[in-house]
Amino acid sequence: MIAYLVRRILYAIPILIGVNLITFALFFVVNTPDDMARMQLGVKRVTPEAIEVWKAERGYDKPLLFNAGARGIARLTETVFYQKSVKLFVFDFGQSDDGRNISQEIKTRMWPSMAIALPVLLAGLAVNITFALLMTFFRATAIDFWGVVLCVAMMSISTLFYIIAGQFFVSKLWRLVPISGYEGGIEAVRFVILPVIIGVISGIGSGARLYRTGFLEEIGKDYVRTARAKGLAETTVLFRHVLKNGMIPILTGAVAQIPLLFLGSLLTESFFGIPGLGSYTIDAIGSQDFAVVRSMVFLGSVLYVIGLILTDISYTLVDPRVRFE
Amino acid sequence: MIVVLWTDALLWALVAAVAAYFWHVHRHEHLAAPWRRVLQSSAGTMSLVILAAYGLVGLADSLHFRPAIGAAGDAHAPVYSVEVLSVLDLALAPLRTHTETTYSAPLATRAYARETVELGGGRVVREYPRLRFGGAQLAHESDRDRDIARRIALGAGAGVALWLVLVLSLLTAIARRESTSPAAAWHAVWSGRTRVAWRGALYAALALLVLGFAAASLSAEYHVLGTDKVGLDVLYLSLKSVRTGLMIGALTTLVMLPFAVMLGIMAGYFKGWVDDVIQYVYTTLNSIPGVLLIAAAVLMMQVYIDTHPDLFPTTAQRADLRLLFLCIILGLTNWTGLARLLRGETLKLRELDFIQAAQAFGVSHYRIITRHVLPNVMHLVIISLVMDFSGLVLAEAVLSYVGVGVDPSMISFGTMINAARLEIAREPMVWWVLVAAFVFMFALVLAANLFADAVRDAFDPRVRVGSGVAKAAT
Repeated sequence: MIAYLVRRILYAIPILIGVNLITFALFFVVNTPDDMARMQLGVKRVTPEAIEVWKAERGYDKPLLFNAGARGIARLTETVFYQKSVKLFVFDFGQSDDGRNISQEIKTRMWPSMAIALPVLLAGLAVNITFALLMTFFRATAIDFWGVVLCVAMMSISTLFYIIAGQFFVSKLWRLVPISGYEGGIEAVRFVILPVIIGVISGIGSGARLYRTGFLEEIGKDYVRTARAKGLAETTVLFRHVLKNGMIPILTGAVAQIPLLFLGSLLTESFFGIPGLGSYTIDAIGSQDFAVVRSMVFLGSVLYVIGLILTDISYTLVDPRVRFE
Repeated sequence: MIVVLWTDALLWALVAAVAAYFWHVHRHEHLAAPWRRVLQSSAGTMSLVILAAYGLVGLADSLHFRPAIGAAGDAHAPVYSVEVLSVLDLALAPLRTHTETTYSAPLATRAYARETVELGGGRVVREYPRLRFGGAQLAHESDRDRDIARRIALGAGAGVALWLVLVLSLLTAIARRESTSPAAAWHAVWSGRTRVAWRGALYAALALLVLGFAAASLSAEYHVLGTDKVGLDVLYLSLKSVRTGLMIGALTTLVMLPFAVMLGIMAGYFKGWVDDVIQYVYTTLNSIPGVLLIAAAVLMMQVYIDTHPDLFPTTAQRADLRLLFLCIILGLTNWTGLARLLRGETLKLRELDFIQAAQAFGVSHYRIITRHVLPNVMHLVIISLVMDFSGLVLAEAVLSYVGVGVDPSMISFGTMINAARLEIAREPMVWWVLVAAFVFMFALVLAANLFADAVRDAFDPRVRVGSGVAKAAT
């Protein structure tokens, strides 16, 4: 088990190096820091001095990969690549282009993100599995058929519509909860409940349909026939046997998402004014704060890779047929 | 003067490729069989008719030209307008040119906002001014409802009449082909016993014709879906958005296809270090959350466009290239799923006897891949292409909201929603722009999803086995 874990973690390292190189190429090679400075300061009538000042303030004035002017190891460390990209590996995100400490922002903003994303994941799982089981129970009947039709229709509706319609009816027309904002502590419930409900509803279509397919696949297997042959009731077969086995891919899939929950949801957070990482990213994209976007790309990849490792581990724990190889 | 934008050229190339594919399919029975199964399902034909309608709108909007504005002096050198129009613009000329000053509700005769109007004799009143075009032909505004009802009846009647003509010609064609009477053909179509599920197609055609003709007859004098902030007709905006949505869906698949197919099959076929490298590349790309990678790439593209304004002479060209770049970026981030699928399937295929035999005969790798592997994974390619389409159309709206979508000057569902979403806070609220964008998008995505399901059911051998077992179990 330990050896397997170590191997998986070692395998993650080249992937993160790759991500780092891609972001470096995207942010510093495709467009030089000069281009970024000109963009930030306004394209027209920018003096070269202003550009130099802008770059120096943010540490973009060093050479990209190799500093011939420095001595010894500083030839490699006094470069944009080392200062801005390599330091990401120790989660030193540096400062955003408007001068704030990114690591500090991430630390405070990840909890509001989590307050929305975790309930959405858990409630979504419960709701989707319930609907999927219902459709499986009534398979090949009108209920199943119209259930699938409803799922496809719900999948075809844009998330933007769910959010806008939800905000309009619940917050504006019925005035049940505030339209947007956030507070810490127990007060957070008022602000979180609508985004969570909308998040769950917008996920029902694809989720319930996917799980239904999974359950139907299980129901065709031999052990189900055996269970029926022993004379078990259909509900017992469904809940005791099919549900347990069908849950394996569902749960391992959910485990993969847990680390990414910290990133939050871009759309929900920005519509509801939640001060989480999702709205942080959107704001950074809007104000073209490249340092923040770069950090979020790297952070997102790290969390994704952690999710992959967790999935593999949970597979081996849940399903005894899977061995450490 | 004809203008060929980059995306137009690529879209027409794609249309040609699809046509060539279906011509090829038509001549090979084993390739045609699954497509015939698609046409057997009512959902399949129904969604196909709706997709075809969207496709027609999109294609008509992809033939661009610059109209001549009278020869200035010299008859040999006509002067062309700087505005780039499409064939669709030409067909919708009344909609395009009948602009009001600001918001007006669907079918309204008066503007949404009060304005100060000067009456004769220096008197000034604040009132809702009459629209310039919406219901301007009415002698009395109280006639509006009757006029609207009359126009809807006329339009719907014309739609039904055309539909009946369509049904009759279809029935005669079927009757002649099957050498039965038209009445028997009608019976067969109605009870769904024909080889092609005509019933579904006819339902969809009826809905489209009635809605289309009613809208057309109304929009001669009204703004059927109202007008937007600068007074543009919302129906016109919605129809123009169709092209953007289709482009995102279609061109992205065009970009990702070569990557996914080539790299996926190579990884599975050659194994060893080739497999390791390709797997590494797609795992790395995949590990960057999609929206963030797209956002990063689009931001960089924006910087490039902004710092090189000399490369993009007109707004239309800039918007068009930006759309193309967006498709390329989406393609580069989206190929990994299909590549992984193809790798797995090829890994299985290469151990099968017919490929082992081909290798033993000394057939070259290239020939084995193109003749033996590729045809056997084509069903996966087709399934995943049609499945991805709807997601891409939805993604466009989200990306435009985030600010990394199409150029703000380009009409799309995303830009429409983005411009209108703050207006529902107004009192009385402006709902029609949002509703129009969502309804048009919903119909397109729903049709694409239903069609994708029909294609998957017809092409995926596993699905049919699975449902057979499920049926046996119940």
